[in-house]
Amino acid sequence: MATKLTPVLSANWDEKDSFTLEGYQRHDGYKGLKKALAKEPDEIINLIKESGLRGRGGAGFPTGNKWGFIPQNDGKEHYLVVNADESEPGTCKDMPLLMANPHVLIEGIIIASYAIRANHAFIYVRGEVAHVIRRLQKAIAESYEAGYLGKNILGKGFNLELTLHCGAGAYICGEETALLDSLEGYRGQPRLRPPFPAIAGLYAKPTVVNNVESIASVPAIVNKGVEWFSKLGTEKSKGFTLYSLSGHVNKPGQYEAALGITLRELLEMAGGVRTGHQLKFWTPGGSSTPMFTSDHLDVPLDYEGVSAAGSMLGTKALQIFDETTCVVRATLRWVEFYKHESCGKCTPCREGTWWLKQMLHDLEDGKGTPEDLEKMLDLCDNIAGRSFCALADGAVAPILSSMKYFREEYIQHQKLGKCPFDPIESTLFADQIKSNLVGA
Amino acid sequence: MSALYKFTDKELQEMDSVIARYPKPRSAIMPLLHYIQSLDGYVTSRGIEIIAEKLNIAEAEVTAVSTFYTQYKSEPVGEYHIGICTNTLCAIMGGDAIHDSVANYLGIECNQKTADGKISLESVECNAACDYAPVVMVNWEFFDNQTPQSVREMIDQINDGKPPVPTRGPKKLPTWKENSRTLAGFDDGLAHQGVQAGPASLAGLKIAKGDK
Ligand SMILES: Cc1cc2nc3c(=O)[nH]c(=O)nc-3n(C[C@H](O)[C@H](O)[C@H](O)COP(=O)(O)O)c2cc1C
Ligand code: SF4
Ligand code: FES
Repeated sequence: MATKLTPVLSANWDEKDSFTLEGYQRHDGYKGLKKALAKEPDEIINLIKESGLRGRGGAGFPTGNKWGFIPQNDGKEHYLVVNADESEPGTCKDMPLLMANPHVLIEGIIIASYAIRANHAFIYVRGEVAHVIRRLQKAIAESYEAGYLGKNILGKGFNLELTLHCGAGAYICGEETALLDSLEGYRGQPRLRPPFPAIAGLYAKPTVVNNVESIASVPAIVNKGVEWFSKLGTEKSKGFTLYSLSGHVNKPGQYEAALGITLRELLEMAGGVRTGHQLKFWTPGGSSTPMFTSDHLDVPLDYEGVSAAGSMLGTKALQIFDETTCVVRATLRWVEFYKHESCGKCTPCREGTWWLKQMLHDLEDGKGTPEDLEKMLDLCDNIAGRSFCALADGAVAPILSSMKYFREEYIQHQKLGKCPFDPIESTLFADQIKSNLVGA
Repeated sequence: MSALYKFTDKELQEMDSVIARYPKPRSAIMPLLHYIQSLDGYVTSRGIEIIAEKLNIAEAEVTAVSTFYTQYKSEPVGEYHIGICTNTLCAIMGGDAIHDSVANYLGIECNQKTADGKISLESVECNAACDYAPVVMVNWEFFDNQTPQSVREMIDQINDGKPPVPTRGPKKLPTWKENSRTLAGFDDGLAHQGVQAGPASLAGLKIAKGDK
């Protein structure tokens, strides 16, 4: 089958020792670093700018520009902080990447730190993934031993310390300024911006915060060249990326492809929607990105394509739900998540998510009224864009989008006085439960 | 009065080594809380005292941080802490059914532990493994593609003294305290064990390589 798949970050994941230094070096490992250290730091920043690489953590901000905001020769310490908090529901690309190929991140960290003149870098990894943490610890130790980290790296006079920092279960710490507060030893609550992290980040020093996948994409760009990279993808969305398919799909998993592939193409490779069922709704990039339906199968999954269709590329977490799924239940659960994870700093989010959860509970139970739907939309209007950080916008996204495409289903709940769906039907073991094999 | 005497010299040295990782001591608060859980199983008052003392901050500040994050426990959890993902995707794929079935089987509710202290239960948010839904974590190790039946078998194995083997993780399931030590940043020598990637992680790569 001709495919648009372009394994780069995932190219060695099928080799048993892919996570070791030896395994990585069989695949051009640390070649990009050697090339990078032969250039001036500014050349690297320009190269990443030219490549068109955009942040893979959700917002798609151009990575080279972000690095370029760091004031140079200011006599201050600079820091690189890698965001490995990966907690946006549906997002599941950074963890398998770090489990199978931690060295690609470390190589990217060294190059990026060199470019922004940082001598201390941090990886903030979510705490609920013990084996990923072990793999990172080991890879960092191997990298120090090989002279890629520490003092006078590869004899080029560049020094870099790398500290792994484990989170402890708080989605909000993925928001970059909350992450910095958390890393400084405080409760993880977002900071007022400006100043932006590039001016006053970690310990009030110039800081770059980048997603794991963004930084991990750097070694290949340096090694294979800008031209190679920017030939992949679409006009304004260059390169390759990890698309993660989950849910009611026959072969869920990671599909690394050039930006701009469509869900139709991905589903074809992934064996289609669960056999015997049809696509009902899906998220293009995690639960904070407005949902799509089967009308959007041909939307190019790049930054422009998805936003033109009314959503966001986000983390490219494609969560697929078939017709057995109650969209009100799904929305309620997402909103419960945002309510649980609200840091409590600002009123619209703290109070608003609490009310949204109550209303959705009633609607799911069939106890809502038609006025409740209007009230809920009104509430959303008072939360989105009026809160301190983007968590609150994420909280209303599933509500607004499900109301847009499935208003009838909300009303159906009211008419019936209960949820019209049997939750067992949507489970992977529905057949077994019915024949009492796995008994509930 | 100093809390120093409540810990061994080795423990105090290990705490100092955690602090030395950072440009500023206060950054060590999170790994130190994980470290306290590796000794005591949860965030004890002696733990709060020593962290405050070592970092030269008020105990109230340590408590404010520890209560913000869900992985820090104010009460002991089981030796095997089961976290069932009930975020939307896993819930719909079976996480809710697994959760109810397990609670029923253990005779406990969410956020409780069994009378013998062996097993505790929590419902967790998305654990970045949605392509392996429904996902269950035990002591933060991955157990992929679970069913109510498979998790009940896991519980039987724990009770028989033969804890189940994680799907993507070390060959032997570490205890809650052991893994808290890993989260505090200490090497347990298990990184090389287990698969480098599970089947779902390889789904696209296989197709790209021409396998059907
Ligand atoms: C509530 C919230 C949670 C976030 N979680 C993450 C996360 O887990 N990982 C991540 O890389 N970015 C996350 N982000 C985005 C970061 O704030 C930041 O934009 C990103 O790390 C920048 O990296 P990039 O430019 O390489 O994409 C989150 C943002 C918000 C508002
Ligand atoms: S929007 Fe929510 S998460 Fe963000 S600062 Fe306000 S309360 Fe905290
Ligand atoms: S929803 Fe369960 S791991 Fe993501």
